[in-house]
Amino acid sequence: MSDFVSGFWNIYVVGIVLVSVIGCGVFLWMQSTAKHVEGATTGHVWDEDLQEYSNPLPNWWRWLFYITIVFSLFYLAMYPGLGTFKGQFGWTSTGQYDGEMKKAEEQYGPIYKKFQSQDIMTVAANSEAKEMGQRLYLTYCSQCHGSDARGARGFPNLTDSDWLWGGTPEQIKETLTKGRDAMMPAKGVKPDLNGDQIKDIASHVRSLSGLATDSIRAQRGKELFGEACAACHGPDGKGMVGLAPNLTDKVWLYSSSEESIIETITKGRVNRMPAYGEFLGDAKVHLLTAYVYGLGGGEKAAPATPPAAAAPAGNK
Amino acid sequence: MQSQATYNYKVVRQFAVMTVIWGIVGMLVGVIIAAQLVWPELNVHEFLSYGRLRPLHTNAVIFAFGGCALFATSYYCVQRTSHAPLFAPGLAAFTFWGWQVVIVLAALSLPLGFTQAKEYAELEWPIDILITLVWVSYAVVFFGTIVKRTVSHIYVANWFFGGFILTVAVLHLVNSAAIPVFAAGVLTPKSYSAYAGVQDAMIQWWYGHNAVGFFLTAGFLGMMYYFVPKQAGRPVYSYRLSVVHFWALIFTYMWAGPHHLHYTALPDWTQSVGMVFSLILLAPSWGGMINGIMTLSGAWHKLRDDPILKFMITSLSFYGMSTFEGPMMSIKTVNALSHYTDWTVGHVHSGALGWVAMISIGSIYYLLPRLFGKPEMHSKKLIEVHFWVATIGVVLYIASMWIAGVMQGLMWRATNVDGTLTYSFVESVKATYPFWTIRLLGGLLFLSGMVIMAYNMFLTMAGGKAVDAPVLAPAAAH
Repeated sequence: MSDFVSGFWNIYVVGIVLVSVIGCGVFLWMQSTAKHVEGATTGHVWDEDLQEYSNPLPNWWRWLFYITIVFSLFYLAMYPGLGTFKGQFGWTSTGQYDGEMKKAEEQYGPIYKKFQSQDIMTVAANSEAKEMGQRLYLTYCSQCHGSDARGARGFPNLTDSDWLWGGTPEQIKETLTKGRDAMMPAKGVKPDLNGDQIKDIASHVRSLSGLATDSIRAQRGKELFGEACAACHGPDGKGMVGLAPNLTDKVWLYSSSEESIIETITKGRVNRMPAYGEFLGDAKVHLLTAYVYGLGGGEKAAPATPPAAAAPAGNK
Repeated sequence: MQSQATYNYKVVRQFAVMTVIWGIVGMLVGVIIAAQLVWPELNVHEFLSYGRLRPLHTNAVIFAFGGCALFATSYYCVQRTSHAPLFAPGLAAFTFWGWQVVIVLAALSLPLGFTQAKEYAELEWPIDILITLVWVSYAVVFFGTIVKRTVSHIYVANWFFGGFILTVAVLHLVNSAAIPVFAAGVLTPKSYSAYAGVQDAMIQWWYGHNAVGFFLTAGFLGMMYYFVPKQAGRPVYSYRLSVVHFWALIFTYMWAGPHHLHYTALPDWTQSVGMVFSLILLAPSWGGMINGIMTLSGAWHKLRDDPILKFMITSLSFYGMSTFEGPMMSIKTVNALSHYTDWTVGHVHSGALGWVAMISIGSIYYLLPRLFGKPEMHSKKLIEVHFWVATIGVVLYIASMWIAGVMQGLMWRATNVDGTLTYSFVESVKATYPFWTIRLLGGLLFLSGMVIMAYNMFLTMAGGKAVDAPVLAPAAAH
């Protein structure tokens, strides 16, 4: 695609750049021919004693100036600079990028490919694959999930057995490839909740995992929970993989404090795991899946019962 | 011809004193943010967080410290070399008070989070309008004085000051163009740039690089062309060189902005044009250094016991170093390593501390006794101490940032045998801590030099009397 909306701008750019570069040289040459009396002043005096010598331009400086001009003309002949003229070397920044990526693919591609045909459990048990997976993890994942993969507020811990979107190899791979978008709506499905009712629900939610709370509020909250939250989290608050987190365990994505739970209910939560499939390619995603699987919480491919935890970044 | 009229020194005095005060404030904020990088827990409140204080630091040192120094020296120089008092003294007084209001508004609005998010042009539109008014007044006073001059030729320092004033006006108006936000029909101080996407980036760095070229280079070269020959008591080395490097400098600087956007969405041809003009800029930049340093030839012995001259010559050496380094960093392959690292920070400070601050400090030391009716500064010894403290500070600062920058650049591009990155970003942060500590020390030294200067200044002012020298008749020799 051209950078110019009309052919005029191309000619304009070429003209103004060449005239300017060459103009610098012409100006320098013209100024070099002036006559000078070394050691004499120009005869002008300001402010009692300010004067100027009539010394010529230092030769080495003049040549330095000329050299940069000649180099610039050479550079503009070889590299893109004069409008749409591509330059003799045919270099482009996107071409350089594509070339480097291609070279890297040739050099490193086979290293990753050899694991692609093995199943995740096998790869996860391979020590070489583990090292490579860790390096990929540190490059692409550690910014959010932490160098130790234990996560942070809002970013899930990958080393435990609590999976919001499922911990089977297929589910982990899908999370990595396509990313995940999570949304807990503010006030669940009951938009008319008032502040006091929200506090009641928060008390109930805390009681679900055995945390200290106001039992009268929790009692009232239980009923409201059924109306506002149970549609996703289930009447017992155990949630469902891919839908809503389990509220009865000890794992909290956004802290278990009453304040944080009230904030979650009041404002809702939006969270997102970016998709890496297109960016990293299948071979690297395969290796990363095995690495994440092997961090400790991976589940068997076909679990007999639904996993203990789960779901959108939602509440926890 | 003996005139009873006197030069307008009042506004020069005001700006000169505020140069020192704002220098301390701006550099103190710099020291605070340098400390925040070493100890992140010093980000105690959102108003005092790194992200809010960093633009306050740059605005304070460039526009408050550097700006006041430029106002003071240009007003002093233009009167004396025009042999006429300042034109429109009322407007001159407005530039002083207006500029101080701009600075105070910046110091309030930036920590509060008001920003246009354009580097060195963060201030929101109401402040931008005040800047415009002050700047137009400055131009009227400066060029009015040139028009009123009683000598036929315009001294070289005034070309540079004039070029700086005109260009900064254009840069400010174009880059700060923005559309204010109306919230519920009410005008707010918030605004959005009039430009979008890569055009916005290009205009920002056309502005940003010329802020360096005209505010921090041309303006301070004007300072250099007056105060170096004055302090050295020698004629300027070459009139011809000053002509050629002046025109070449102001012409080529205009083109160099794209080198801030190498390897971005900016079209390749624009990047290349920016790069070649940055290389061509080397000789025109060095013209000023040669003219300054060669002015001393035949008077080198004066360096031994004149700390003011030491400041000036050292500033020219740093100027030469950073204007060599700049074109080198504009080369794409070098930039691929240096960009986004602390090398850039080191480069900027070798210019800002080494060149801009040191030439200003030397010039203000020259001015103060003359403005307050004293034969010399209260203590020459303290100027000497200031010089060494500042020089060691700059060297520690830039050396640590060079090493840190090259290290970061190399760490970021290092790869393992499987093509993954050898270091995660946070490892490069961790590896930089020792250098950030050394940088903090360098900054502290430079700041303490400014405190010494303030002490010396107040003792010079104490018992002194504000004097306005009589306007001199031009030399008969014309």
